[in-house]
Amino acid sequence: MKHALVSIVAVLAISTSTATFPKDDRAIAHVLSRTSFGPRPGDVEKVRSIGLQRYIDEQLHPERIADTALTARLAGLTTIGLSSRQIAEQYEQPQLEARRLKKENAKDNDTPAADGKQPPDAMQQRANGVMVELSAQKILRATYSERQLQEVLTDFWFNHFNVDARKGRDRFLLTEYERETIRPRVLGRFRDLLGATAKSPAMLFYLDNWMSADPNGPHVPDNAGRPRMVRGPFGGRVMMPPLARVQAQGAKAPKGLNENYGRELMELHTLGVDGGYTQKDVTEVARALTGWTIESPRQGGGFTFNARLHDTGQKIGLGHVIKAGGGESDGEQVLDILAAHPATATFIATKLVRRFVGDTPPPALVERTAARFRDTNGDLREVMRTILTSPEFLSPDAYRAKVKTPFEFVVSALRATGAEVQDARPLVRELQQLGMPLYMCQPPTGYKDTGDAWVNTGALVGRMNLAVRLAAGQLRGTSVNCGSRIADCGLNGGSNDSDAMIARFLNGDASETTRSTIAKATDAPKMVALTLGAPEFQRR
Amino acid sequence: MLSRRVFLKNGAFAFVSLGFAPSFMARTAVAASGRSKQLIAIFQRGAVDGLSVIVPHGESDYYRARPSIAIPRPNGGDAAAIDLDGFFGFNPKLQPLKPLWDRHELAIVHACGSPDSTRSHFDAQDYMESATPGVKSTSDGWLNRYLQAQHEDHATPFRAVALTSQLPRMLQGNAPALAVSQLAQFGIRAGQSSEAVGASFEAEYAAAADSVLNGTGREAFNAIKMLKTADPSKYEPANGADYPRSPFGQSLKQIAQLTKSNVGLEVAFADVGGWDTHVNQGNSQGQLANRLDDFSRSIAALVADLGDRMADTVVLTMSEFGRAVNENGNRGTDHGHGNAMMVIGGGVHGGRVFGRWPGLSVDKRYDGRDLAVTTDFRDVFGEIVTRHLGLGDARAIFPGYAASPSKYPGLFA
Repeated sequence: MKHALVSIVAVLAISTSTATFPKDDRAIAHVLSRTSFGPRPGDVEKVRSIGLQRYIDEQLHPERIADTALTARLAGLTTIGLSSRQIAEQYEQPQLEARRLKKENAKDNDTPAADGKQPPDAMQQRANGVMVELSAQKILRATYSERQLQEVLTDFWFNHFNVDARKGRDRFLLTEYERETIRPRVLGRFRDLLGATAKSPAMLFYLDNWMSADPNGPHVPDNAGRPRMVRGPFGGRVMMPPLARVQAQGAKAPKGLNENYGRELMELHTLGVDGGYTQKDVTEVARALTGWTIESPRQGGGFTFNARLHDTGQKIGLGHVIKAGGGESDGEQVLDILAAHPATATFIATKLVRRFVGDTPPPALVERTAARFRDTNGDLREVMRTILTSPEFLSPDAYRAKVKTPFEFVVSALRATGAEVQDARPLVRELQQLGMPLYMCQPPTGYKDTGDAWVNTGALVGRMNLAVRLAAGQLRGTSVNCGSRIADCGLNGGSNDSDAMIARFLNGDASETTRSTIAKATDAPKMVALTLGAPEFQRR
Repeated sequence: MLSRRVFLKNGAFAFVSLGFAPSFMARTAVAASGRSKQLIAIFQRGAVDGLSVIVPHGESDYYRARPSIAIPRPNGGDAAAIDLDGFFGFNPKLQPLKPLWDRHELAIVHACGSPDSTRSHFDAQDYMESATPGVKSTSDGWLNRYLQAQHEDHATPFRAVALTSQLPRMLQGNAPALAVSQLAQFGIRAGQSSEAVGASFEAEYAAAADSVLNGTGREAFNAIKMLKTADPSKYEPANGADYPRSPFGQSLKQIAQLTKSNVGLEVAFADVGGWDTHVNQGNSQGQLANRLDDFSRSIAALVADLGDRMADTVVLTMSEFGRAVNENGNRGTDHGHGNAMMVIGGGVHGGRVFGRWPGLSVDKRYDGRDLAVTTDFRDVFGEIVTRHLGLGDARAIFPGYAASPSKYPGLFA
């Protein structure tokens, strides 16, 4: 009874801060600009007919939304459904074998070039194809999936738990990482997502936890050998796990604590850099996580706990005592503590509100979102519902408050124009040029989510040029109907073309100069280019 | 950010777009007179291991701490440190820079860094670029604050250029700064309609109520016009300068291009990654050595290419923090504290290692593990902006810090 009463009070408290949903098209376009990668032709009308509340509710349950058209578009990408083990067998090992043979055959000539570059061989290109297909997949999903909020959140959470494909064999691990670790959990519980990333080979490798060992113990890693440096796909030297299981090597075996993951786990994944932890906490967390490693890493194996690497002693950190002898559960306890920490709720709430509402997150909304996070044990669906039904989200202050990232710009342009993407690979290269190479953000922080990181002269010129080429049909593999004949877009033709285009691409909301500039365009491709490259289209 | 980019108020943009004589031609002449000083800032992202770059070969503790990755004492061999002053030595991969040391044009500030204890790349880079260690809320970077403090009435869009696709934190702020990774690609490219389409975009951005996009758009179109006049596509390096074909080498080559195009470049920025050597760092060969090879050959090429202009140029290298004194369990090094900076230029009091050397014995280390910091990096920045770039007072650039000539290392003394 008491519990029921508390629930009712909680519901009332929430409902007082829930907005009534506006019905005008601009509000609908605003919501679409945040919960999706931008409206397609007809999207505003569709949402208008069912109402914003129902649309948001549908998007919060992607499992109920059919997505068959997307499945057909992804069918040509052969690697995106493979496991890490299959990718290792079919792509990584043949590449290594080919490289080994090449080296054997050219012993006199195996001095690496001074700039660290070698011409790619066929096997290497085949292996690089794994990353290219994963990137193409990301563009196609963002452009064509009906489960738009799920894709927006997959982008967000991948960036939150960022792994750079350029670190060693991570390029063979990200396919499974995004598909199995991130996407299924973006509307689940934060603790599950955190635990899944902590145990993912991609993260274990990226932040070095796979090789972190008790420096004092007699424990000898039984599959450690010595990590090796090999030539990476981008010309640099990268670290690789040892070739094969090796026997214990006594006192000479490598051993040592690596704090990298322990630090980033707190700074970037949970508490935030102001979350109140110390260097001592970092060390203790890293000790607790020793032994969390990868099983047969070169065969694409998964998580395993290796007791011989683990520091069995007591750990004291973050105001908690983790008793000696806990083994694998030490790490689970650390994740429990971090996921339930109030600083984590605030940190995650702040980042989500920044992504969905504005670069300067309204403190009241952050607090309500963090409270929802705490009250629901980190139920991310409810956390998202709090944000998407808040008055702050729907307020005029939030309208066009966000500068699109290069990825958001490209995908929103594809969606606005109803573009037909037959081959997304050229678009992958475009995003590199625009300063946002997919899956290749070097620091574990992920890409910045504020406008200042993306507004600069060079990138702006790059966006205008992309708009020109997209509209003119010069991007190989992508065709834009509006580029050839304006009538194909369902526009009226004649003098109203520019108004219709502004209505569709810019919510009917553009400066007088933009209007007159677009109206003066001499042909349809220029008209589309001047709309997609306009300042109004750079925001969402 | 919202009020950035004030320079368009000087009217240069209006003249250009109305078709009057481009006023930047006059400014170009000023820039060519040789009056201008120039700073080229290089950021080694990822925390380079300064103890393997500027090697304290006179310290036995160095060799005890690093049984497998120390750079051997100078012995004349290719794998050993190159002696500088009997105590410090270059990593052998820095051989291309040795002539600069011998000509007293290269100075080192060792045990240099931040008073903040963070070992986070993100925070430490942020602090080094904002130059407000421990304060994250600083909205602009120190080089941008320099541009604001040293007001330039006739600034061109190329006064401050980063050879990066995103503007680095160091150059973000109210003063205009340009980020461009490929000079040759810079411009609106729409075939025969390039000029018309460019003019249309220019009009749209000029009319944008959005101050951020408006200002950035104006900068972009002004820069396009200047670069077209300078025509950097025909560039040939001078004095036999041989730039590596690496991204870093190409960045420095483009800085030299811009410098010699006389487009008013005062502050240039480039960065280079790959220094986060937690595993198998190597010593005279290996991972770190390969990065240093590219690094030193690129800088040597830049200095050769700039030739006489080095009299007015300073090249400054920095990295967010150093690495732990002891090697870790993976033959690499974990995040540390103090580090080494290099300052290169014709006016530099070079051939010396500046800064008090704290020693590497455990009791002398920071937190018992890292090289201690005896020179605040802001004192290096402060000396350069005052004694090289000629700013009267550095205090405005380093809020919350009592910048004072008495603390400067003496790089230009």
